[in-house]
Amino acid sequence: MNDRPLVLNDPLAQDFRVNRSVLVDPEILELEKRRIFDLCWIYVGHESEVRLPGDFKTRTICGRPVIFCRDSAGAVCVFLNTCRHRGARVCREAEGNARHHTCFYHGWSYDRDGKLDGVPGESSYPPGFRKSDYGLARPPRVESYRGFVFLNFDPQAVPLPDYLAGAREYIDLVVDQSPSGRMEVIQGTQEYDIKANWKLLVENSFDDYHLLTTHATWLDYLKNAGVKMQRADRDHLLPSHGIGKALGNGHATTDNANFRGRPVARWIPIYGEAAKPEIARIREELVARLGEARAARVADTNRNLIVFPNLLLADGSSVTIRTFYPLAADRMRVSAWALGPEEETAAARAIRLDAFLTFYGPGGFATPDDVEALEAVQSGIAATYREVPWSVMTRGMAKAGEQLNSDELHLRAFWMQWDRLIRAERAG
Amino acid sequence: MVARSGAKGKAASQGAAAQVTRGQVEDFLYDEAALLDAWRLDDWLELLTGDARYQVPSNDRPEADPADTLFTIADDIHRIRARITRLKDKDAHAESPRSRTRRIVSNVRIVDRDETQLKVEANFVVYRFRRDESVREYVGHYRYVLRIENGALRIARREAVLDAVELGSLGLVSFIL
Repeated sequence: MNDRPLVLNDPLAQDFRVNRSVLVDPEILELEKRRIFDLCWIYVGHESEVRLPGDFKTRTICGRPVIFCRDSAGAVCVFLNTCRHRGARVCREAEGNARHHTCFYHGWSYDRDGKLDGVPGESSYPPGFRKSDYGLARPPRVESYRGFVFLNFDPQAVPLPDYLAGAREYIDLVVDQSPSGRMEVIQGTQEYDIKANWKLLVENSFDDYHLLTTHATWLDYLKNAGVKMQRADRDHLLPSHGIGKALGNGHATTDNANFRGRPVARWIPIYGEAAKPEIARIREELVARLGEARAARVADTNRNLIVFPNLLLADGSSVTIRTFYPLAADRMRVSAWALGPEEETAAARAIRLDAFLTFYGPGGFATPDDVEALEAVQSGIAATYREVPWSVMTRGMAKAGEQLNSDELHLRAFWMQWDRLIRAERAG
Repeated sequence: MVARSGAKGKAASQGAAAQVTRGQVEDFLYDEAALLDAWRLDDWLELLTGDARYQVPSNDRPEADPADTLFTIADDIHRIRARITRLKDKDAHAESPRSRTRRIVSNVRIVDRDETQLKVEANFVVYRFRRDESVREYVGHYRYVLRIENGALRIARREAVLDAVELGSLGLVSFIL
């Protein structure tokens, strides 16, 4: 495996290529699980999803069933959802509030803090049996940054803020939309599969090169609705200036002057005349709180941030949290949520959700065409990757300074980190 | 279609909703399904009122309101028209080439009515076929609000609620469900 070049990076020759086998090969997927997903900080959920002690959501993170919950002291925690007795999935509800999680198989019961507090027929166990030895297991590390909760299966992992590196600035730009600094996940989950390798969705999530062709009908929709769509200049494929940027540790982002409207706070005709005062009011609050410059930074740019390896924060037509995990080398499950400021009025919330659906999701005007593109790639390479082994990723490589959002510096940043980790030999 | 052909007769008057039979509703829904399966999308638009809504709730919140809940689809009439414009464009790649669909509409019930409108529910199975793909089966129920305009039944609200716990292997709702 280590002899075979997977990512070719030759800056002097201005060459960068990805070997297509890494999108197809099940052995690569197994390496990814051990060397990437089990060693990186992986997004679990948002603190707002479990507000009260006992609130829980069950999820599959890195292939493991987990209970994402709030304990009796009000701290967010994550348990592995497997009974310490025989291993059955203890909690089988998708969400709720519970005083106890009871395994129905033999009746072992755990409290909100994961402690084993009920064992039917406990007296039959030998004297050395202590319930305190059998609490629900936890991932080695759970940390959060500004409401976003991550876990790490590597006990030696660097602290989450260090891991996030330059991505923190871009998370802050999202959270600054809330007057109190508290964003919340809005109810309603979009969960769908894509028949493609998960890394193709990383690329797609912040590749602005594809917008013009893949999303021609979405751009037409904006234009027909009265949104100004003139290109900034001949070097730009899109109606506004935007850049691609690497943020360290494989994280990367686009950072674009906005043309597509933003619930916080840039009105476009699609929102309707009636929404104008509400958007203006949000803008005023933003300026009063952050000052003109920072308010403009928050409100007049849109940014698609990839937190390596599998979290997208798309702060575009609305804010979406999207995470995805491979079910197989050629299949992934995607989960996506809408995020908004806690203080948002009902009117502003409705605008946000409406704006979300213009672009994102399995019924949106853009995401379905992304999915089609990814599935077209997967079916294109599945049986041809030996004959046509390389995908070219050199856009912008000849430029010294700033890289456009339609260049590929940010894609290369992801792939270089992927390559570094996949090649790293580690015990276990 | 009795309700429609009665445009010049008494059915056009206020209160006509009170006389509509299940059979008339079934005929209307079957005709609608035939238009959608045939991709006669402009003709389908003719079945909608000027303030129609089309919604597909998120699978985990089937009873919610799109004003405070993320949906899969929550279109007002403008967005519905834009959706049809998009679907007719060859650059709507997710539906180019188009899915072939076959809708089975059943268990039609008029669950409520007043002088001006009917609330109707029906079960559906939509089989969706595309090249190189195995069939996808969308199972669920419709919730309609139907009104009589100019003597004909019209759709004021159309909600397609999927039974699948998550969209999962169904993938997308890129066609009109």
